[in-house]
Amino acid sequence: MNRKIATILLLASATGLAACAKKAPETLPPVAEAPAPAPAPTMAPPPLPPSGPAVGTQEHFAQAVGSSTTIYFDTDRFNIDTQDAAALQAQAQYFARYPQITFTIEGHADERGTREYNLALGEKRADSAHAYLVSLGVDSSRISVVSYGKERPVALASDEAAWAQNRRAASVIINR
Amino acid sequence: MTKTSFPLAGAALLVPLLAPFLGTPLAAQDLGAPIPQDQQVESVPVEGEDDGPLRGTVTDESAWSDIGIAIPAFATDANKPTPANEAGTGALGREISRVITANLRNNGLFKPVGPDSLPAPGFPQITAPVYDTWSGRGAEMLVQGYVRARDDGKLVVGCYLYDVALKNQLVREGWVVAPGDWRRAAHKCSDLIFSRLTGESPFFDSRIAYIAETGPKDRRVKRLAVMDSDGANHRFLTLGSATALTPRYSPDYSKILYLSYVDGNPRIYVYDIGSGKQTLVTENRNPTIAPRWSPDGRSILFSMAVAGNTDIYRIPATGGRAIKLTDNPGIDVGGSFSPDGTKIVFESDRSGSQQCYIMNADGTDQKRISFFGGRCATPEWSPRGDQIAFTRIAGDFNVAVMSTSGGGMRVLTNGWQDEAPTWAPNGRIIQFFRTEKNTGRSGIWQVDLTGQNERRLPTPVDASDPAWGPIRP
Repeated sequence: MNRKIATILLLASATGLAACAKKAPETLPPVAEAPAPAPAPTMAPPPLPPSGPAVGTQEHFAQAVGSSTTIYFDTDRFNIDTQDAAALQAQAQYFARYPQITFTIEGHADERGTREYNLALGEKRADSAHAYLVSLGVDSSRISVVSYGKERPVALASDEAAWAQNRRAASVIINR
Repeated sequence: MTKTSFPLAGAALLVPLLAPFLGTPLAAQDLGAPIPQDQQVESVPVEGEDDGPLRGTVTDESAWSDIGIAIPAFATDANKPTPANEAGTGALGREISRVITANLRNNGLFKPVGPDSLPAPGFPQITAPVYDTWSGRGAEMLVQGYVRARDDGKLVVGCYLYDVALKNQLVREGWVVAPGDWRRAAHKCSDLIFSRLTGESPFFDSRIAYIAETGPKDRRVKRLAVMDSDGANHRFLTLGSATALTPRYSPDYSKILYLSYVDGNPRIYVYDIGSGKQTLVTENRNPTIAPRWSPDGRSILFSMAVAGNTDIYRIPATGGRAIKLTDNPGIDVGGSFSPDGTKIVFESDRSGSQQCYIMNADGTDQKRISFFGGRCATPEWSPRGDQIAFTRIAGDFNVAVMSTSGGGMRVLTNGWQDEAPTWAPNGRIIQFFRTEKNTGRSGIWQVDLTGQNERRLPTPVDASDPAWGPIRP
């Protein structure tokens, strides 16, 4: 019975995600398929495929959570919507699984804002992601936050599609 | 320098960030060689006829913009070698006239004719012009001058303005400059002419701090740089390994406030021009952005994000306790003092979008002043006190001005993205930076208050964030 309700909720939330059209044209994060909250492997991480990226690298993180390394925002907004929440949940699961990993949340804005305001806005976006991850149990001391404003775009055109990709908060593993 | 304490983030997190810098001053990593400090220019009396009867200046812009001014080569009493010009003081005199001519022409002021198409008066004629020569050429005003090398190596530059029709000297002045400062004499002479003919305050003898930009849009290198108001004497102050943004010259030109990512986070530094060293404006773990000087140079405004939210603070320039001026869940950022230092105009999105607000210098009595359509960002109070320049966002980004109560809004530019206005010391001209669509390339432009005279400033590479300093000491 309980399991049935959970499944229904999961499906409903997936439908809700699919219907949300605000985002950059990206595939949905593959959160729902593998919840896998591995029971606190505080000692050694599980073995990896021999040729795969090493734990503690951005590549390993990206392989584990897919496009969920980054969340996207509407113009001038910094709130965490359902799609952002799903991505951050995937991140939180990853960080729970690898508690030795520290990371930086980089907040960014699109170019259609003034320079100083965008620095402040990027800070708000990164802080939103930070607060949400902490609410999911990630220790705040593992998270560093930095705003780059509009100084580091990933999409280079001057159009709505590019701006949507640049309004983002990206989690970046700190390499040791 | 002392190390910041890091109460908010774990020490383990910061070790990898800081490790490469251990053992050297953290803040010194991206700095280039220091540049010379600004020298005082000494005024000296120069010989000439007594000033004529006092007359009013021509203040109607349409009238003075048509005045034909002849600017022949400055003479010299004896051609002597000088480090300022390898061909000696004679050739230097011609260069000075060229700089004055370019100053007036590039700013759309008067109708100047330079030394390369005019006869060169001899030294004795500088104080006794042959008026018929110049009236025959249709000149209404005549600028003459001389260069004299002193025994101590310094240069004396005399500057004379004559009314050709009235056969009268309007004004004269002289300056002693080091050979390396010869262009300043040309700027002082330009200012003398401009002020005498228009009744406005001077602006040519001033400098501009800005951000020099190179590289592709996604890997842009941003360096702190400075130059004279005409683009000459260009110098880079940082090397480019760390992004530098939003510089501001101190009112006495001894320091520059700017933002650097040199420790990995956006922080404001005070760069001391004399020593070539810099210090953090406040020892703090939080990011600090948008630095500004008070008009007397004693206070610094900055914006700081705490737990994600940015507010405006004020701190003594000599260090000390920061006072929080705004306390609002919205983004409050930037700020610009009124010339008397009693009020601050700043931007805030507390109403839902960026708008301009005024408060007292202690943070009290905050009220919104921008109520026209669109957004109001990066407000800058005119040095004359009567107007505020800002970035108006209404579709495109444009530079606009309004009264200090938010009335009489006028849009002065029409680029795709024009932002961050800065005032000339006399409050008649505004510089800003214009970014190109798609390429992200940027340049510094300037426009006068009529919106008619707009031009791009020559810079060696792309440029943004101009900050125009006051008249030099």
